[in-house]
Amino acid sequence: MATVQVSEAEKVYILHGIRDDLRVDGRGCEDYRHMEVETDVVSNTDGSAKVTLGHTAVLVGIKAEIGKPRPLIPNEGYLEFFVDCSANATPEFEGRGGEELGTELSNILYKVFNNEHSLDLRSLCISPGEHCWVLYVDVLLLQCDGNLYDAISIAIKAALFNTKIPRVHISSDDEGGKEIELSDDPYDCMRVDVENVPCIVTLCKIGHRHVVDATLQEKACSVASLIISVTHKGVITCTRKVGRGSLDPESICEMTEAGRRVGKALHSPLMKLLQQEESLGKKRQKVGFLG
Amino acid sequence: MAVDMRLPTVIKAMSLSVSAADRKDMVVPGDVITSDTGFMRGHGTYVDEDKLTASVAGEVQRVDKLICVRPLKTRFNGEVGDVVVGRITEVQQKRWKVETNSRLDSVLLLSSVNLPGGELASRNDLCSAEVQSVFSDGALSLHTRSLKYGKLGQGVLVQLSPSLIKRQKTHFHNLPCGASIILGNNGFVWLYPTPGQQEEEAGGFYTSLEPVSLSDREVISRLRNCLLALAAHKVLLYDTSVLYCYESSLQHQVKDILKPEVMEEIVMLTQQKLLEQEG
Repeated sequence: MATVQVSEAEKVYILHGIRDDLRVDGRGCEDYRHMEVETDVVSNTDGSAKVTLGHTAVLVGIKAEIGKPRPLIPNEGYLEFFVDCSANATPEFEGRGGEELGTELSNILYKVFNNEHSLDLRSLCISPGEHCWVLYVDVLLLQCDGNLYDAISIAIKAALFNTKIPRVHISSDDEGGKEIELSDDPYDCMRVDVENVPCIVTLCKIGHRHVVDATLQEKACSVASLIISVTHKGVITCTRKVGRGSLDPESICEMTEAGRRVGKALHSPLMKLLQQEESLGKKRQKVGFLG
Repeated sequence: MAVDMRLPTVIKAMSLSVSAADRKDMVVPGDVITSDTGFMRGHGTYVDEDKLTASVAGEVQRVDKLICVRPLKTRFNGEVGDVVVGRITEVQQKRWKVETNSRLDSVLLLSSVNLPGGELASRNDLCSAEVQSVFSDGALSLHTRSLKYGKLGQGVLVQLSPSLIKRQKTHFHNLPCGASIILGNNGFVWLYPTPGQQEEEAGGFYTSLEPVSLSDREVISRLRNCLLALAAHKVLLYDTSVLYCYESSLQHQVKDILKPEVMEEIVMLTQQKLLEQEG
């Protein structure tokens, strides 16, 4: 991840501020920065979303392709994640510098979505054992200002909401094999139910307290973080601890509870925003990248 | 706990009415400045088929026969006498390398540090210094030969573009709202709690790690957000503009200042106040 250098005196200042629940930018320990979400920004994908969280900017594009289902789960489709850390974000990502972070992020995304409740994968099945929809989720990091996991998970949820998968029907052709036909109507598509898609909350331990949505300076003062993915009902699907420092069990419990509370509260404003954006329909003024 | 999520909106360019005489000659790369061949070309220009063209985006400056373009967004080009705030990146035998947002790291020689405890600055520390001279390759040589310079203690650093900082007589201000500010010419602005009477006399490289009071913290956070708001709207930064922005922001909560509509409102009020004061 991109790092900034912070002096000892600055660290002390940040630490004392967090202890008094007043961060450097005036936020409380559990407040997020200003967030902007926009969907349907990339025209040649089936679903896309761009999320800006403070100065962090993330772009997600989803393409639906027909593929063969996994041998052990023949009646479900699946998702493939790929995270690309673009050199635009920070010079550290130039060449192969961003690969390590990219693989770490994709692995966590696989873990987060690896349960039967997040997405109804059965709806992605076309014919069991032979054809299914594979959703390729591509994440592009445009700008890095801390808190990548949260921004990526919100962008994925928004992009999945925006995804329109064409309807297919199977017919048997002359030789007895199956033929897949896409419907002629470009608007005849099915949507993915994103109600149970989890959102990731990153909690950084700084001193004796934890903060949500840490900036790069605050990250430099913390030695351990907890990544929790929470659904809208408050169910935790995945937890992971990152960082070289250690966390004692009481802090882990405390941070998990806080993460659950904060994560649960992320879903309803997001869904409301996505539905509001959809209801604007063609009247919506697209901002895209030049806004 | 608050989550502020919304759809993005296009940022409208905000400009109060400017008279024709004040309007500066702005160019973008590729714009033809003049087709007259009698001019000498300075920085930021090149000759393309006998026409003087701009190579950077900025303001055209004409000095007799010399035309140059001063870019709007650039790395810090230091001159002798500039006050800078920098971060020590390297500690070498007899000098420190200081990062000052210029093309090359600046140099702080041990011989230029005349303060008690001055040798104790380590990697990643912040310090304020003055430009003593410029090396032939463009690197700056800094000195801290006065009690007002030295290692910086607790506070907040805001990194902005050097072109937004107005050149003034003094860059150290004790703002009446309860905090102090150092507006480095290199775009690094340092906000810190106003030191008490005894601490002022100690000066130099002594740093206090006592917790800062909550009221001071609020003032500093508010100032930081105001600085970011002014920078986002490209307003020139100096003690008066920062103070006016602080006063205009008092009706809002500190964390709300960075919301786009609040930023716009505050900056508009600040610009109006500044125009009234000058006009």
